[in-house]
Amino acid sequence: MQKWQDERAWFLVIPVVLLVAFNALIPLMTVVNYSVQDIFDPTHRMFVGTEWFREMLLNTRLQNALVRQFVFSAMVLLIELPLGVAIALTMPRRSGWGLSAVLVIVALPLLIPWNVIGTIWVIFLRPDVGLLGHFIDHTLGIHFDYPTLPMQAWISVMMMEVWHWTPLVVLLAYAGLRSIPDAYYQAASIDAASRWAVFWYIQLPKMRGVLTIAVLLRFMDSFLIYTEPFVLTGGGPGDTTTFLSIYLVKLAVGEFDVGKAAAFSIIYFLIVLLFSYVFYQVLLRAQRGVVVR
Amino acid sequence: MALIVFENIAHSYLRSPERMEDYALRPMNLTWRHGGAYALLGPSGSGKTTLLNIISGLLRPTAGRVLFDGRDVTDASTVQRNIAQVFQFPVIYDTMTVFDNLAFPLRNRGVAAAEVRSRVVEVAEMLELTKNLQRRASGLAADEKQKVSLGRGLVRSDVSAILFDEPLTVVDPNLKWRLRRKLKEIHKRYSVTLIYVTHDQAEALTFADRVVVMHEGSVLQQGSPQELFERPTDRFVGYFIGSPGMNFLPCRLSGDGAEVAGQFVPLAAALRTKAPQATGLEIGIRPEAIGLSGSGSGLAVEIGDVEHLGTRKIATCRLGVHEIKVVVPPEQPIASERGVLNFNPAMTRLYADGRLVG
Repeated sequence: MQKWQDERAWFLVIPVVLLVAFNALIPLMTVVNYSVQDIFDPTHRMFVGTEWFREMLLNTRLQNALVRQFVFSAMVLLIELPLGVAIALTMPRRSGWGLSAVLVIVALPLLIPWNVIGTIWVIFLRPDVGLLGHFIDHTLGIHFDYPTLPMQAWISVMMMEVWHWTPLVVLLAYAGLRSIPDAYYQAASIDAASRWAVFWYIQLPKMRGVLTIAVLLRFMDSFLIYTEPFVLTGGGPGDTTTFLSIYLVKLAVGEFDVGKAAAFSIIYFLIVLLFSYVFYQVLLRAQRGVVVR
Repeated sequence: MALIVFENIAHSYLRSPERMEDYALRPMNLTWRHGGAYALLGPSGSGKTTLLNIISGLLRPTAGRVLFDGRDVTDASTVQRNIAQVFQFPVIYDTMTVFDNLAFPLRNRGVAAAEVRSRVVEVAEMLELTKNLQRRASGLAADEKQKVSLGRGLVRSDVSAILFDEPLTVVDPNLKWRLRRKLKEIHKRYSVTLIYVTHDQAEALTFADRVVVMHEGSVLQQGSPQELFERPTDRFVGYFIGSPGMNFLPCRLSGDGAEVAGQFVPLAAALRTKAPQATGLEIGIRPEAIGLSGSGSGLAVEIGDVEHLGTRKIATCRLGVHEIKVVVPPEQPIASERGVLNFNPAMTRLYADGRLVG
């Protein structure tokens, strides 16, 4: 059979192009539009080229927010992944009443709207009526005032984040654990493997796939975090918990610097894209390495 | 190396078993001789794997005792019993090399490095894994992985027994044959007790010198492949072993023989005297022990379908409402409609209520 080329086949992708255009490209282009103009009012606008980009890249507040953001995401990964796996390992292996109860309790924080999470923690951490705040301030005798003390603000945001999102890692890790056939555990017990060896040589390698997804999701989400710290600390004290999104909103809504905010959005978007891509490639390669070697 | 004895072993997966049907394994006494090659044969759900897991200690029986060389090990762990087990699907440690996989059970038991090395190299040599020793085990094909699983059992020189739970399910048919031969070789070389679970009779009959046939949680018969073929003690065994299975024809004793569907079949005197004067009598005869001819004296039957299987033909004959399968040499012509059957008297068996009379 002879194959022949027909360039008209390209028309078949039109529906997809249109869909993507309307839900991603066109909105994105409005941002690009703002990022290269200085707009005073609808009739007075001026093309400024890359000026906003240059200005934003040299902006120390943005640079500080970026560093803060990386530290935050790194800490999220370092705490939530081991903690999530550890919790998943203690969950019952067999289905039943106990497992259902544990799953519901673990998944609860994931079901709460994000701004409500912030509000819950605001109350929870109040030194006068909040359970944890009161406990730290009165019972432990540590002066607790996270809205004014940067270290305490950071710890508070971290605690809230860990409380909110570790369950996702737990659920993913548990799904990975459940997919390991019993024969592996039986073989390990016949081979006289220690509990640690079972974890290191069976459970962890078998969880690799789901943990890859967990790392990607937790990195992206924590890198884009906005609502919960905004409600809890509003980015303060000072700028100490101002992450990229919070700074972006301050610029766009608070200071109405739409041009700068648009340039910043694009930089932000490219950073997330770049890091997700690098992460994905590294993890993919690691996985392929196992199969090939 | 050990003599393994089951004393009144029974097992149920239910918390409070009441009826006999609640038991996956019904009360039984069994002895596994040291150095034997056993096959546990039975259809799916007959309790083979349950029995195997009780031997290995992965499962604690509901009732009864397990003895290894007279020592009660009912509550002992798999490690204490020193059992090796190969599962249906290959279990390998993905992140380790083949060498480390094979060395794992020894290292966990604190064996010295030099000894580990020599054992692993020896076992790898025998299983033809030497060229893959430094490769990651996860990259191997299914049958190679299964050899690694098997190898982890073999590196321990002092195991009480090696148990196999349908280990060749994932293996290609032509490789199956090679691995089976390998197992026989291992058995000869190390004279270790091998217990092999399968639902494939060809596998069981070629591998084992003792076959244990199970059905619905009970052991129906234990014997050599030849005994199972020639003298099945139970209707189920006769039907399950052999392809096609044994023919069973309801009969009534009369004169110096038996009456089957209004026709006469001669029976040996010894058989007749042993038969109880009861109903539920059946003649059991292997398709291979029946002669089919066009005319002469014997059981007149109608001939139905004939299957040509190359090395033999299988004729399905009808005698009243009963069906009789007959194995015929490929070169023998078969009449199209009517024929006469003659049963080999030495191979004709009598069953009462499904159990062998003689």
